[in-house]
Amino acid sequence: MRKEWAKFKGFSAKNLPKEEPLAPGHRACQGCGEVLALRLALKALGLNVIAVSATGCMEIISSPFPYTSWRVPWLHVAFENAAAVASGVEAALKALKRKGRFPKNRRVDVVAFAGDGGTADIGLQALSGALERGHDFVYICLDNEAYMNTGVQRSSCTPYGAMTTTSPPGARSFGQMTWKKNVPAIAAAHNIPYVATATPAYFLDLMNKVKKAALVDGPAYVHIYSPCPTGWGTKGEDSITLAKLAVETRIFPLYEVIDGKYYLTRKVTKPKPVEEYLKRQRRFRHLTEAQIREIQERVDAEYERLLKLAECL
Amino acid sequence: MGKRIAKEVSIAVAEAVKQCKVDVIAAYPITPQTHIVEHLSELVANGELDAEYITVESEHSAMSACLGSVATGARTFTSTSSQGLALMHEILFIAPALRLPVVMVVANRALSAPISIWNDHGDIMAERDIGWIQTFAENGQEAVDLVYHAFRVAEDRRVMFPAIVNIDGFTLSHMIEPIELPDQEQVDQYLPPFKPRYKLDPRKPISMGPVGIPEIYMEAKKAQDEAFKNAYKVIVKAWDEFEKVFGRRYHPIETYRMEDAEVALLIMGSLAETAMTAVDRMREAGKRVGLVRIRLWRPFPLRDFVRAVKGVKMLAVIDRALSPGATGGPVATEVRSALYQVPGRPRVVNFIAGLGGRDVTVEDFEEMADKAYFYMKKKPKEPYEMFGVKE
Repeated sequence: MRKEWAKFKGFSAKNLPKEEPLAPGHRACQGCGEVLALRLALKALGLNVIAVSATGCMEIISSPFPYTSWRVPWLHVAFENAAAVASGVEAALKALKRKGRFPKNRRVDVVAFAGDGGTADIGLQALSGALERGHDFVYICLDNEAYMNTGVQRSSCTPYGAMTTTSPPGARSFGQMTWKKNVPAIAAAHNIPYVATATPAYFLDLMNKVKKAALVDGPAYVHIYSPCPTGWGTKGEDSITLAKLAVETRIFPLYEVIDGKYYLTRKVTKPKPVEEYLKRQRRFRHLTEAQIREIQERVDAEYERLLKLAECL
Repeated sequence: MGKRIAKEVSIAVAEAVKQCKVDVIAAYPITPQTHIVEHLSELVANGELDAEYITVESEHSAMSACLGSVATGARTFTSTSSQGLALMHEILFIAPALRLPVVMVVANRALSAPISIWNDHGDIMAERDIGWIQTFAENGQEAVDLVYHAFRVAEDRRVMFPAIVNIDGFTLSHMIEPIELPDQEQVDQYLPPFKPRYKLDPRKPISMGPVGIPEIYMEAKKAQDEAFKNAYKVIVKAWDEFEKVFGRRYHPIETYRMEDAEVALLIMGSLAETAMTAVDRMREAGKRVGLVRIRLWRPFPLRDFVRAVKGVKMLAVIDRALSPGATGGPVATEVRSALYQVPGRPRVVNFIAGLGGRDVTVEDFEEMADKAYFYMKKKPKEPYEMFGVKE
């Protein structure tokens, strides 16, 4: 067990930090699961943070000049390069500390935020580079499963069968015709010390994972499932229910990969059928029974695979 | 004062960067810039330079990491060429708009296709409008001197703009020349430590890179442009200071044998040395030919330029980049525009020469000057011509 980890007792309802590094009054949609995830992640990290954002919903809603929601130093450069920009911030802090131009013992966590497009698609190379180089930073992917900021276009994280504006169902299509890219597995393949999945429905779990990601030396990757009422065709008040259902149906399992070892953080022994999750969302409304069955089979198989990974301990 | 010793220009440039005590280098290898970053990584590896060297996975990430680094308050350097510069393109605009003073040496090289590792200015001319300070070096000594100058100007609180020092790939970057590297004390005297007004620091949080709604975008851009134009004064002043400390004098525009010249060659970069020889030979033959060289390309030193070509009848602009289907090469269109409002302005004839490493000889310059004389009497049919192309 790492020293910092041992000291970290975990967040509970009794010891939640009072600080809100992300101020209210931003312009996110009602019921946005992504901004909730962002708020919780920042709450876990505290104020001694330098945050880098990729272009995307969270950048747009938090920074229309002359307003800003960021109570921590924040930098946005472009869409595909949050990990690279964070590399520069981290390297600069290292150099400045060594040269006595920044207090040596002052802990500053560098965190990069990006959506699924900025992570799994256009930003994958920059992410891979930064993970491979071993920068001490946290990368958080806020995955709402499509390019929501530009109007709900499909990404490689869009789930199979989902309708988006560039994966519309039609005579020769049933929506997204590929399976969701497994970015946490890609991150874990870099042999970094910490990878985790989280959702705002289990907010203490989310905050604890983000905190652990920050405490670990070297790169850490946290993939946060973030419901998007606007893009998914769901009710704003359903975001948390959906986030919970995604876990309970085993569609989005919660786990950690610590030094290459998989740990399930919430084992789902009696899974709910995926249909229960799918039917609440307009983006899946066109799916046939056969397609839903196909998704169920895939989810079962993926979960089995994950169990095997976790069993190897 | 340092000693004049024979050094490869790339190595000397890297040594100059070391003397500037950079904190962070983020770079990706590309010919012909490689010797600069290789030498820097060597200096870091053997402890001669206390810096973080980020071996990024692309030039796009190199520039991105540089912005993160400068924003955190670290003196930051990178170097690239050609395709690498093109890959940075998107991020290059963001650096000056966020007022992040990265310094970059570009070893100028042709752009694909056909793929060519050899020298011309096609790469940098595609980055004309990025809003960086840009200078062009003629020789190794100047390349080194422009590096000190670039850091000093870029990081000046009245400026806060990134700067590019252009050196011709191979014909300058790989030459071994007698170069005087100053003493460290001189560099320290000339270049104060980097103390940005704003930086990313949890003790004083700021937001950098926000959304610019239509109501403020133009105001932000105007403020950027005004500040950039004002940088001119600091740039020139920093050359005055440079002379005091190092004893060498630099101007935004350099002239050679321009007294009473009726034809002037205009060029940027290392070919100017060849052109000088041509000018000498033509002067000996009784032709009133001179040479004008643009050292400071951005912000464009309009007044200095107009003054430099005063009285000239014919200005032969040699562009080392092609702007297909335009009214001339990038330098010629700039210069024609600069002269348009000037009474008694010289006529401009434009040659596109030396693309993709094609040699431009003393004889070639003489031929171009002769053509300029010819065009004094007979106007050229086209706004520019490709010079030295095998038919």
